[in-house]
Amino acid sequence: MASISLVMFLVFIAITLGITYWASKRSAGANAYFAASRQITAWQNGIAVAGDYMSAASFLGIAGIIAFQGYDGFLFSVGWLVAYLTVLLVIAEPLRNAGKYTMADVLAYRLKPKPVRVMASLSTLTVSTFYMIAQMVGAGALVKLLLGGFVTYNQAVIGVGVLMIVYVVFGGMLATTWVQIIKAILLMAGTILLSILVLAHFHFSFADFFGAIGRVTYHDAKGQLVVKDFLQPGLRYKPPYGPLDLISLGMALIFGTAGLPHILVRFYTVPDAKTARHSVVWAMVLIGSFYIMTTFLGFGAATVVGPDYIKTHGGTNMSAPLLAQALAGNVFFAFISAIAFATILAVVAGLTISATTSFSHDFWTNVVHDGVERKPGEEVMVARISAFAVGAVAIAIAILLGPTANVAFLVALAFAVAASANLPVIVLSIFWRRFNTAGAVAGLGIGLLASIGLILVSPSLMAIDPPTVTGTARHLIQAKAWFPLENPGILSIPLGFLGAIAGTLLSHEPTSQYKFNELLVRSNTGLGAEKAGVQ
Amino acid sequence: MADPSRRADPTRPDETSQTTWDQIAESKPFKDLMAAKKIFIIPAFVFFVAYYFALPVLVGYAPQLMSTRVWGIFNLAYLFALSQFFMAWIIAGLYVKAANTFDQLAKDILEKAGNGRGGK
Repeated sequence: MASISLVMFLVFIAITLGITYWASKRSAGANAYFAASRQITAWQNGIAVAGDYMSAASFLGIAGIIAFQGYDGFLFSVGWLVAYLTVLLVIAEPLRNAGKYTMADVLAYRLKPKPVRVMASLSTLTVSTFYMIAQMVGAGALVKLLLGGFVTYNQAVIGVGVLMIVYVVFGGMLATTWVQIIKAILLMAGTILLSILVLAHFHFSFADFFGAIGRVTYHDAKGQLVVKDFLQPGLRYKPPYGPLDLISLGMALIFGTAGLPHILVRFYTVPDAKTARHSVVWAMVLIGSFYIMTTFLGFGAATVVGPDYIKTHGGTNMSAPLLAQALAGNVFFAFISAIAFATILAVVAGLTISATTSFSHDFWTNVVHDGVERKPGEEVMVARISAFAVGAVAIAIAILLGPTANVAFLVALAFAVAASANLPVIVLSIFWRRFNTAGAVAGLGIGLLASIGLILVSPSLMAIDPPTVTGTARHLIQAKAWFPLENPGILSIPLGFLGAIAGTLLSHEPTSQYKFNELLVRSNTGLGAEKAGVQ
Repeated sequence: MADPSRRADPTRPDETSQTTWDQIAESKPFKDLMAAKKIFIIPAFVFFVAYYFALPVLVGYAPQLMSTRVWGIFNLAYLFALSQFFMAWIIAGLYVKAANTFDQLAKDILEKAGNGRGGK
């Protein structure tokens, strides 16, 4: 079984390395390296956005949460799609019209470039690194489970890290895009196949399938045999704080997705704002179809495999692969596992390129060197070097944390920072004439600190463990949590907005108002927008 | 080293001066474009946010009501969640349709600006 998985992994790696080689010959120059020469088409970018976005957390994580906690897990699926309306209606087109490579480009038009770029770069690196570490720990644990005997956790983490560095250093945005496209197609194919198999298992009868969901039998935490209706809300989000946590999660998803740096950079790879818009719609078709099908993956795992079996065969994250094994045997299990691996690689590559673009373009070129490259190609060279650095740091932290580390909160943190720091500042900069540099710095700073601070004192990091829990699986702070919600959005998003508004009102900056018209015209008409083609 | 063509900052000094931006921003075609966008985008945004947050609020605070079975198979909670997907797709479709009008208005403004730097 492990050998079939290994062969499929190797095939995927060989194909993506071939693409990287092809892309490396087309990645000369900053426009080509950072934005794939802005020649990606609408459908290509739409699929790539889907591939960039649907992480291991959504494929393995969601299937697992639904398999164990039923309906409440499906609520993640809903938020992950609806969030794209914010991207479509508010962010994608102004960003493409007014920016060049990063979200900070849009802020720098009317605000003082240095302070906003420093803060925006800090926020981007925070979101990308945290998200990347969560993915890498997941990848290591997954590969260890699937290829146990062949590959250890550390080898798996190093392997994933080295591959993502190779894609980004040699193939730039073009290779990253195609890795994401292939991954998205594989993920959709695997999910459709798995959904059909689940339905076939219930003789294509929704009545039978949903009937079975209504009476899932398993042993609860106390070891008692229980029968539960998994379609009923409340298995995960229980009173007293459950409903608030659910709303808080919704806020982080709806407002955070449009502030995720690795999603935002994708809109610079298309020729114009209209293509960016159409690519969001393509992405929504794919992402929506995928998340509707989590019904079959998650509830299928709950009914066909059952929580008891999953618990003793690798745990929640193995729900989807175990479902594949139960329905169609070891080859399909290996195929679904290989897809999970491809999923992680595509996402970490996207995260790496957004982090390195921000470091090199925002921080190195525009802050340290006043917006002038000292020699041609410096910006790309710095990006390549920083991809090594980012990759090395992520590998080191993932190895230090180890496979049992509690990292789910890192994903929540990434969305919270994106929603509380990035989104308020982008939105206010596009829509509010009075907005200024002090407001942007305050908004980014307070949004970032509030998200990190609240997560630090939330039940994710603060709880009292029984002595049986050891090592990095233990909660960081052994005390009762000060903030009762796992998702800080409900408090940190308003704080981010308030910080940005207060910072603006407490300072005076005539130039930011004076230059608002330029950003307004550029972002709404595309006048002077970056053009497609090799520069 | 002050070659402006190599500046990586998009705020490079270029031919379009501040007064040109102000003139376009104050012009009637541009104000029409902004008005057309507002008429669609603000209601669409408010609607989808309200529709979306109705789900966690109802599921969180009225779980019994939402557990009501419909047609003996599904329950209200699942159907409402499923409807969110179609809501998102429908609004996206309507927006793409409305945006064709915005594109037309923007094209007129770009042509009037007439400097051939339109990026379209």
